[in-house]
Amino acid sequence: MSLGSYASFILASYLAAALVVAILIGWIALDYRIQKRHLRELEESGVIRRSGRSATEIK
Amino acid sequence: MTLTDLANPTKFLALTARLLPWLVGATILLFLIGLYQSATAPDDYQQGATVKIMFIHVPNAWLSMFVWAVMSAAALGTLVWRHPLADVAAKAAAPIGAAFTFLALLTGSLWGRPMWGTYWEWDARLTSVLILFLMYLGLMALWRAVEDPSRAARAAAVLTLVGAINLPIIKFSVDWWNTLHQPASVFRMGGPTLDHAFLIPLLVMALAFTLLFVTLHLAAMRNEILRRRVRSLQMMQASQKAA
Repeated sequence: MSLGSYASFILASYLAAALVVAILIGWIALDYRIQKRHLRELEESGVIRRSGRSATEIK
Repeated sequence: MTLTDLANPTKFLALTARLLPWLVGATILLFLIGLYQSATAPDDYQQGATVKIMFIHVPNAWLSMFVWAVMSAAALGTLVWRHPLADVAAKAAAPIGAAFTFLALLTGSLWGRPMWGTYWEWDARLTSVLILFLMYLGLMALWRAVEDPSRAARAAAVLTLVGAINLPIIKFSVDWWNTLHQPASVFRMGGPTLDHAFLIPLLVMALAFTLLFVTLHLAAMRNEILRRRVRSLQMMQASQKAA
């Protein structure tokens, strides 16, 4: 595969796409862990949902 | 499971937990196929190897509009049917849509420099997509600025529906005005004008990015439901302490 004289533009496009997608995935994964931690802490401090079910329950 | 069942956040979370591993697998597989096809696609007789930029630019451009359309449908769900997950869906989609729009603008600029001789031109297509990007940012700022979630949901829903006016402007800008940007070459009357050697990798990459959106959107919706659960528990905790 030869990218010719415009290789830098092509590689920059693919790298930028990979970087933005990686940031999105990382941000969503981190946010999930943060919310689960908050819920666990609230549950441990004795706050329970009106339904009585575990706040961290997602299944 | 019916649509009514999905109005229940707990049931929605259960469905998400079952679907996400399959969606992640399918997305990775499609990207591997799409990237292989993009790498092995021949050079275009005019664009040369820069045609490879199209395989990520075009799917991101399509998705930038598709995500706003999804948010517009969710906005109707918020305003008309008051569906409990409608605002969750819209709020979760906005940063993903902004990222796709940013990538469409960036990769378009990186293609434009060698092909048009400029990174940017204030033509109707480029400008209307830039406005779409700014609207995404504005919407995200609105959700952050209004503390009451139900008020924020209604205001964001109205802004989203007003912003939807921009979608046909983006789509038809290349027909209505004399633009540097080329007219549609895939979704057009008379069928695509692209050769199969370029059309197939483009469609596979478009499907891969669409599945990526569905996967990230479901994951972000799950996070938003948990965030609202945290908020309501924190309010319960505060009222218990006050009592």
